[in-house]
Amino acid sequence: MIRTEELLLNVGPQHPSTHGVFRIVVKLDGEIIIEADPVMGYLHRGTEKLAEELTYTQIIPYTDRMDYVSAMTNNYVLVNAVEKLMQIEIPERAQFLRLIVMELQRIASHLVWWGTYLLDIGAMSPFLFAFRDREIIINLFNELCGARLTYNYMRVGGVKWDAPDGWLDKVRDFLPYMRKKLDEYDTLVSGNEIFLARIKGVGAYDADTAIQYGLSGANLRCTGVDWDLRKAQPYCIYDRFEFDVPLGRSGDCYDRYLIRLEEIRQSIRILEQALEQFPEGGETMGKAPRVLRAPEGEIYSAIESPRGEIGCYIVSRGKDKPYRLKFRRPSFVNLQILPKLLVGETMTNLITILGGIDIVVGEVDC
Amino acid sequence: MTDLLLEDLTWRSFSLFLLAGVLMLVLILGFVTYAIYFERKVIGWMQMRIGPNRTGPLGLLQSVADVTKLLIKEDTIPKKAERTLFILAPVITFIPSFMVLATIPYTPSLHFADLDVGILYYVALSGVSTIGIVLGGWASNNKYALLGGMRSAAQMISYEIPFVISVVGVIMLSGSMQLSTIVENQGGGFWHWNFLPQIIGFVVFVIAGVSELNRTPFDLPEAESELVAGYHVEYSGFRFAFFMLAEYVYVFAIAALTTVLFLGGWHAPFPFLDFIPGIIWFLLKFAFNVFFLFWIRATLPRVRVDQLMGLGWKVLLPLSLLNIFITAVYYELFIR
Repeated sequence: MIRTEELLLNVGPQHPSTHGVFRIVVKLDGEIIIEADPVMGYLHRGTEKLAEELTYTQIIPYTDRMDYVSAMTNNYVLVNAVEKLMQIEIPERAQFLRLIVMELQRIASHLVWWGTYLLDIGAMSPFLFAFRDREIIINLFNELCGARLTYNYMRVGGVKWDAPDGWLDKVRDFLPYMRKKLDEYDTLVSGNEIFLARIKGVGAYDADTAIQYGLSGANLRCTGVDWDLRKAQPYCIYDRFEFDVPLGRSGDCYDRYLIRLEEIRQSIRILEQALEQFPEGGETMGKAPRVLRAPEGEIYSAIESPRGEIGCYIVSRGKDKPYRLKFRRPSFVNLQILPKLLVGETMTNLITILGGIDIVVGEVDC
Repeated sequence: MTDLLLEDLTWRSFSLFLLAGVLMLVLILGFVTYAIYFERKVIGWMQMRIGPNRTGPLGLLQSVADVTKLLIKEDTIPKKAERTLFILAPVITFIPSFMVLATIPYTPSLHFADLDVGILYYVALSGVSTIGIVLGGWASNNKYALLGGMRSAAQMISYEIPFVISVVGVIMLSGSMQLSTIVENQGGGFWHWNFLPQIIGFVVFVIAGVSELNRTPFDLPEAESELVAGYHVEYSGFRFAFFMLAEYVYVFAIAALTTVLFLGGWHAPFPFLDFIPGIIWFLLKFAFNVFFLFWIRATLPRVRVDQLMGLGWKVLLPLSLLNIFITAVYYELFIR
């Protein structure tokens, strides 16, 4: 009998596939993982603590930097919480603009995920294709609010900027283009034998486990649980549009992959309806006081970000600053299942599973 | 050249060999320089990028600049590395890659050593390179490098066997292991080329060949997204360049060997095109093979390590054995 030893391998914080500065210490037996220990906090900036010293409007740019791939939804969750607390009415036009940017953001975010996931799996070209198409959305946002990544677009009571002339037409032109490109993605990747062999049945869990771990977003829906906050607890004006919530069955990486691609299609559907119903004229800012003093109380507001349920919990003592602010970050919560999934998997599957969860380290560490 | 090889070694023949060797080396270095350029341009084109276009006209000097940079880079050896083996590993990887080129016939007259056991020589030597990779991974004293080196060993064992067996069909049809004889037997139009009667062998050969090269989709030993850089993670400067050089020389070797074994070597696809010199045909097929390798790199994701083994042992090996059987029946029925 040959005596073998376990190998303690440190993956990250600087590793091509940990999506930033995430670190995981794995114990390997050959190439099989027998223990995995995620280490986070390399990107911790103390957003929640900093927020206690900032006025509500000043916090908005901080939310951009949490999940920097999906800044618009982060903007929304904060302003929505404050609006709920202060009971501010949002003008119709602002509601539509918010919805449009959030759904565009969902497409952009899923495209980033799609590209980087395939890069993790070893295919380089899809990454560039995804970024080509995402670039169009980024440029649209740039035109709208002057930033490409950290938009700082929403305000308590509305949105900062109205859509410039012709902007809506550009969005309208983008949708059929994106549809066509999605079919192209399917031809290029979704049916590839090597790709299917890599992700089918990998990292599977059932609905109970998913709920126990508090997973949300595609990570939950891949097990067949029909839970999308846009449908379950409609916020903004989502209840006015028709769209489906794609569900998986086997709870593996392949289902998560299909769900995310399908969500892009559904977002396109929502956008098409929203552009059709877009109101002529109107204000983009509601009647919000100059100094935002939220009344004493607590509020939790949750929305469906591309990664899952992002929530904002505010405790207010009647000042213009929150007494305590807490973000429920889907990346952080979804990551908790990782050590359980990794046991018994190979080194290669570590990358596949981690990529399949879809984390953004800025949001994990916050 | 062959006559010279048979004579006793004199100063004259020795210096001629040396000259030929140096000439070949210069040719190969030129090939590698522009293969890298070509690869970056091809992949850039497929990914809607431009590729190198700054250094020199059309970026033609980009690879030269890259090599120069590697040459003047600080040469680091990790403190805890096994020093001797660490230095030796790139050399062991590179030398066989250059040696296998000796046996490849480019035209009826242009070749170095036309051995009677050409194929055997190629296969035997190309296996040695893997030892260099395993050594490099081991000697680096780095866990990622070790995993990469071990993967390389496992991959070599799984793929060398179908690789050799898939060629047996060609040997049976030609009745020789000599590469020039194999090419001569394929004369008279593309329907005489080996890839048609040997279609199973051809497919197995190409898959196993790509795996031998450690290139996408079989680039597991250096899997960027998993093992960072795999076996050469600790190498820098010129030692790293040697690993890269060996990889691209093998691209040259495999592309040339595929041309010779399956695509009719220097023969024209139609007899009436015979007036075009053989070397042109050889280069055209060769260039297509090289392009094909770059093409799949831009297209395919990476295979997982256990699936790679499964494919090698459970699919390619039985297929290549079946190919021998089919070839034997075909030979009995139609050729004899």
